[in-house]
Amino acid sequence: MKSTKVLEDVTVNLLKMAVTSLPEDVLEALRLAEREETSEIARTQLRAILANVASADRLALPMCQDTGIPIFFVRGKCLPHLEEGIRRGVSRATSEIPLRPNVVHPLTRHNPGDNLGKGMPYMHIELADLEYTEITVLPKGAGSENMSALAMLTPAQGVKGIKSFVLDTVVRAGGNPCPPTIIGVGIGGSADEALFISKKALLHPLNKENPDPVLAKLEDELKEALNATGIGPMGLGGRTTVLGVRVEEAHCHTASLPVAVTIQCWAGRRASARIMKDGSVTYYKEGLG
Amino acid sequence: MKLKAPLSEKEARALKVGDSVTLNGIIYSGRDEVHIRALEHAHEGRKLPFDLKGAALFHTGPIMRKDGGKWKVIAAGPTTSSRMNSLEPEFIEHFGVRAIIGKGGMSQPTVDAMAKFGCVYLAITGGAAVLTAEGITDVRGVEWLDLGMPEAMWALEVKGFGPLTVAIDAHGNSLYKRVDDEVQANLPKARKMLGI
Repeated sequence: MKSTKVLEDVTVNLLKMAVTSLPEDVLEALRLAEREETSEIARTQLRAILANVASADRLALPMCQDTGIPIFFVRGKCLPHLEEGIRRGVSRATSEIPLRPNVVHPLTRHNPGDNLGKGMPYMHIELADLEYTEITVLPKGAGSENMSALAMLTPAQGVKGIKSFVLDTVVRAGGNPCPPTIIGVGIGGSADEALFISKKALLHPLNKENPDPVLAKLEDELKEALNATGIGPMGLGGRTTVLGVRVEEAHCHTASLPVAVTIQCWAGRRASARIMKDGSVTYYKEGLG
Repeated sequence: MKLKAPLSEKEARALKVGDSVTLNGIIYSGRDEVHIRALEHAHEGRKLPFDLKGAALFHTGPIMRKDGGKWKVIAAGPTTSSRMNSLEPEFIEHFGVRAIIGKGGMSQPTVDAMAKFGCVYLAITGGAAVLTAEGITDVRGVEWLDLGMPEAMWALEVKGFGPLTVAIDAHGNSLYKRVDDEVQANLPKARKMLGI
């Protein structure tokens, strides 16, 4: 029971932290974008975003009404009642913060009102021999999630094919995912794994270089090219279409080249907690390494 | 420029792409499910619970909270308007709305309907939900709450609501189309930068 209560409280705290204030790396990227834009319409959008984030933080209110679907990444030792604790936390957070009740049945569209349902919250659990259990929440709004895409390329299409697919996906999304966005790219694995790692890539902070030099170069090239498209903040034109590109790779079948793109709106909301063996908890928003 | 809802056709047609406006008056929320149900009502010859003639329709699914029997807005930014692309031309024609507030823009059939019937698209910054809520001074009513909080039809009193950018005007001009043309022109350069 005790562990369930700790998990419930941690879940509520994580959701509150995530939806009411932005991580510093995302905020810094938005401030930089505001300084670099030259078009008045683009600057108006970025100023509204920055003023909104400041108000949300001050009033402890959700910065966006789309508080997303609750997606959790758990790593470490599997705590007893893990799923039950997170579910209770999501339900309590929905009425307490409040979060918008977004979760509905896919066919009847019935809304139970508590953000719970079959398969929701969505939890990725990775067992690891750590001294703690790490829980990260990524509330994911639909505007950007609806623009996600997967391509099963042929090995012959190679890196050029990957670049082309990312560019086409961002151009097709236009202003819909609330640019400036953060682009998560998953290369390799199986179809589902490519999508999974493209989302996981969004947990990497924008101000930390990819440890893989090949991927780091690809991220920089993509960022520069995507910003050359001119889609701009909210698709109203401008220099800043993306705040950053984060790439993850996984080995794949010799006959496959899966590539997935998950788009994150400007509200790159995330928060993490480490629950230690003695039950103490530390919170942070710097993202995962 | 300050506008007051409901709007007349003349007021809607006086706006030009790129104008920055703020809005006073009553606006109505309506997204996916409101569009579906409202058009069902229309096909069955039934009246809507709110009269939308001249109205400003806001593509939003707000977070509301009931405080002492009264609804209060917590956060209410725009939702992605393109989801309503297939239903909006008929919605404009049938209900006579004069302004649609949203984000991301809408497709050519909606641009055409706006030109034909005298309606504009006002872009508001996506995700800026607290800022937007600050422009909403009262919740005047709600209908169709059975659709769920985000999908219900909320009547919202607004004051100095914005800034809103006229992104599609009532003369067939669209800022999104303009940006899209620029993006297409920029693509060869972007592809060259990627060596593709």
